[in-house]
Amino acid sequence: MEYEPKIVAFLCNWCSYAGADLAGIGRIQYPPNIRVIRIPCSGRINPLFIIKALRQGADAVLTSG
Amino acid sequence: MSTKPDKVGAVLVVGSGIAGIQASLDLAESGYYVYLVEKNPAIGGVMPMLDKTFPTNDCSMCILSPKLVDCGRHLNVNTITNAEVMDIQGEPGNFKVTLKQKARFVDPTKCTGCGSCAEQCPVKVPDEFNQGLNNRKAIYKLYAQAFPNAYAIDPTKCLRIKKPKACGKCLKACQANAIDHTMTDQITEIEVGSVILCPGFDKFDSGQLAYYGYGKHPNVVTSMEFERLLSASGPFGGHMQRPSDGKEPHKVAWIQCVGSRNCRIDRGYCSSVCCMYAIKEAVIAKEHSPYPLETAIFFMDMRTYGKDFEKYYEKAQHENGVRFIRSRVYEIIEAGDGTGNCRIRYADDEGNITYEDFDLAVLSIGLDPPTEMVELAGKLGVELNKFNFCQPAKLTGVGTNKPGIFVAGAFSGPRDIPETVMQASAAAADSAADLAEVRSTLTKVKEYPPEKDVAGEIVRTGVFVCHCGINIGSVVNVPEVAEYAKTLPTVVFATDNLYTCSQDTSAQIKEVIAKHNLNRVIVASCSPRTHEPMFQETLKEAGLNPNLFEMTNIRDQCSWVHMHEPEEATEKAKDLVKMAVYKAALLEPINSVSLDMNHDALVIGGGVSGMTSAVNLSKQGYKVYLVEKAGLLGGIANRIRYGMTGEDIPAFVSNLINQVTTDEKITVYTGVEITDVHGFVGNFETIISSGEVIKHGVTVIATGAEEYKPTEYLYGQNDRVMTLLEMESLLAEGDSKIKDAKNIVFIQCVGSREPERPYCSRICCTKSIKQALLVKEANPEANVFMLYRDIRTYGFYEELYSEARSKGIIFIRYSVDNKPVMEATDNSVKVTVTDHVLNVPIEIEADLIGLASAIVSSKDNNSKLSQFYKVPLNQEGFFLEAHMKLRPVDFGTDGVFMCGLAHGPKNLDENINQAKAAVGRACTVLAKNTITVEGKSAFVNKNKCAGCGECEAVCPAKAVQVDPVQKIAVVNEALCKGCGACASSCRCGAINIKGCTNQQLVAMLNAL
Repeated sequence: MEYEPKIVAFLCNWCSYAGADLAGIGRIQYPPNIRVIRIPCSGRINPLFIIKALRQGADAVLTSG
Repeated sequence: MSTKPDKVGAVLVVGSGIAGIQASLDLAESGYYVYLVEKNPAIGGVMPMLDKTFPTNDCSMCILSPKLVDCGRHLNVNTITNAEVMDIQGEPGNFKVTLKQKARFVDPTKCTGCGSCAEQCPVKVPDEFNQGLNNRKAIYKLYAQAFPNAYAIDPTKCLRIKKPKACGKCLKACQANAIDHTMTDQITEIEVGSVILCPGFDKFDSGQLAYYGYGKHPNVVTSMEFERLLSASGPFGGHMQRPSDGKEPHKVAWIQCVGSRNCRIDRGYCSSVCCMYAIKEAVIAKEHSPYPLETAIFFMDMRTYGKDFEKYYEKAQHENGVRFIRSRVYEIIEAGDGTGNCRIRYADDEGNITYEDFDLAVLSIGLDPPTEMVELAGKLGVELNKFNFCQPAKLTGVGTNKPGIFVAGAFSGPRDIPETVMQASAAAADSAADLAEVRSTLTKVKEYPPEKDVAGEIVRTGVFVCHCGINIGSVVNVPEVAEYAKTLPTVVFATDNLYTCSQDTSAQIKEVIAKHNLNRVIVASCSPRTHEPMFQETLKEAGLNPNLFEMTNIRDQCSWVHMHEPEEATEKAKDLVKMAVYKAALLEPINSVSLDMNHDALVIGGGVSGMTSAVNLSKQGYKVYLVEKAGLLGGIANRIRYGMTGEDIPAFVSNLINQVTTDEKITVYTGVEITDVHGFVGNFETIISSGEVIKHGVTVIATGAEEYKPTEYLYGQNDRVMTLLEMESLLAEGDSKIKDAKNIVFIQCVGSREPERPYCSRICCTKSIKQALLVKEANPEANVFMLYRDIRTYGFYEELYSEARSKGIIFIRYSVDNKPVMEATDNSVKVTVTDHVLNVPIEIEADLIGLASAIVSSKDNNSKLSQFYKVPLNQEGFFLEAHMKLRPVDFGTDGVFMCGLAHGPKNLDENINQAKAAVGRACTVLAKNTITVEGKSAFVNKNKCAGCGECEAVCPAKAVQVDPVQKIAVVNEALCKGCGACASSCRCGAINIKGCTNQQLVAMLNAL
């Protein structure tokens, strides 16, 4: 089976999360193996969250803001 | 002595399309009681019939739905459906309105909208909401998400109403005893202070133009029918098919200007919206079809003049592959080969007559004035223009000839949704301006049930999974997700809904909360950015703290982006629901914080837009600070001499300056700039270059724009070449250069519709034609040439275009890859242009050349303000509104509004309109006594805090400070934006964010 990474994304509500909404409005297709967590600002991301995500089995973590 | 005030603090809004809804909401939020009168049994108008909206391709119903619900359940909007206005008597401030409320035969207070009656009803009637493409029953609900969510009986079709002993099946079916066939029409009288007319438009009846074969050939449909064909809630559930045989069309054509730009049938105006909606329908149809779909648009001039429309057109052409055929269509006939196809016979660009066959032809029908309003207008003495539209009084944006009666939306002339919304807010502002002293005299205050204390309760979660029509349901297996939700810890209830945002579902949510004693609610649907507040309101109404709600996005970020992977998308939706459930278990109630409100306004920019805003705000009773960076007021309007339809602009501007400078409530600052800004809605502090600090509650940005200084066409090198504004002063001064000229050339799209400025400057076509006509007046012998790409004289400006052609102005279309070439000679400039019909170069010895140069943003200035007030700009440096369609003057940042050229190119009337709209919106904020902050702020655990000051150092909002005595961090909740930078840098784990705690985020990760 082809390798499918599991990705956790922390997206800022005001920009990247809105961007992800916009991707939807534009029907831009992307792989479904990403799980988005909406946060109030990229400043909210504690490094511990990233480590926690990796420990939960995520292959990659995307933070965007 | 009577203490009753002379004026009435209520407003009548006639028509409940998006204009009526917007005007009602603005007024109700600004302290006025609203009577919203609608002739149909439900509010909404045309927007619910549309599938998607341009240029964002938002689902029309999805963006309207929250407003429908807000309006429908607003305490200060009295929605009167099935009613019409019989008469209006009285004067501004005090009108008596006679209403005829037609019998509905169903009591909306009893009807639950369950639909059992319609199932039993034996009478089938063509469904007008679906444009007659399918049938409804004689007892019916206008559309699925209708407000009021109640049925009505069509008296002309019901058997029992015709014969009192007949049928009656619905009576047996109705468990709520809501039906009464003996109801009669009621005449009522209401008192209001002012009136807004926004009855919308009628669709042009295509049957009038026999050559298009509509009504004869079943595969010729109107654009409205096509909207319903595309719509998930339409007659075919969103499956695109031909009406004649149900075949999926592979080739679809759109015919533009059906019932527009046609003097022979008294429709010498442009309907303004058809070019964009046709492109949208073509793009959406392509997206809709699982097979390659061919689309072609037959047009005369492509009028994509609105904000971001040109980009949409470009994209449709070059990325979506929509074919654009510049042509004249002669007729549509049946192909006659047994396919049922439409044969379109037309003359192409070069004048050759040819034909092409299509599976389906869509007629882009124009907008007619609403017939029933013509009669009422006559009775009220409201003047209409020659096409029977209620064109606003000059330079008022919304005024009629009758004081106290205002107009908004398509009844004032064909226009799209954002302009309609703007005009509605403007009409709200103007109609309230005269009623300021009776503001808040008739409004009621909303009372919520006491909030249930859920502390210590076992977590009981309810999950609502939305189909969003077919938007989610066609990809994600929604019932499976709901079933899955039931297996998750804490979940005691889960279900799926067709539209979770509809009125009936929100009632259902409330019922379920009570029945299952829920203390956490989760909705899995669209984006929380648009719908979260609406659902939170439902929780409040159910007695739950709104922050016991969690939303997860399985549409924009799931079904829409994984359209071809339904199984994986379903798995993802399940994961997202699980994450939300895990987080929700840890949610706690958050109490909002109330703060004092400053009721003064700051208007930035002293042009016509800024001054109009200032004057209107002052009329509403608010104090205004008007800041202009130049030494003089007036802005770019100081250089405009002629209005588009002959208004005296210099007189208008000087009168406005006079009003602003003599008004005691307006403080004017000229020659100053803004140097810094602190605070937030209700409590702004703006520092200007003189050092003064202005304290204000709201901000209106009206910074205007500039004329592009061309680098092309010998501008600046030859004094025969000038911009339109420079030409304007020559005309006004009666300069001999104009009187002596033999040949005058106007060149369109100079700097607009170019790769570096991919937008249309909107007003140049009309302005050039206006000037060309003035030239002809001053110098009838002169030859006037108009070199253009598309003539975009939208709306009633089309009449100027017709006039120009009849007066012998010569229109020559050039193509963008073969632009006119200029060559300076001793006594002229030789302009060489290739005519599209003759296809040969034409040389013109021009004495004067007017360049229709672009409107460009004041980028540097705007980007400074953008940072100060935390509001975005678009790529071209114009301010970017909160929502292109429904929030055209708002920003995401509360309390900041915009208007005028700062938003994008517009003419003076439109700027005035938008300036008033900004006031209409600002008043919804200013009318509040206090500002309520959501309360999702940082909080400190005093026991853990070491007072290190790291949070103070990182806080961008300057909301945290370490108390010097106690040595612990203290958060100012009013300033805190809840960004969480402090929480992620706190070494002791002492700071956390309400509504987004470390524990909640970790719980979401645990769900993976």
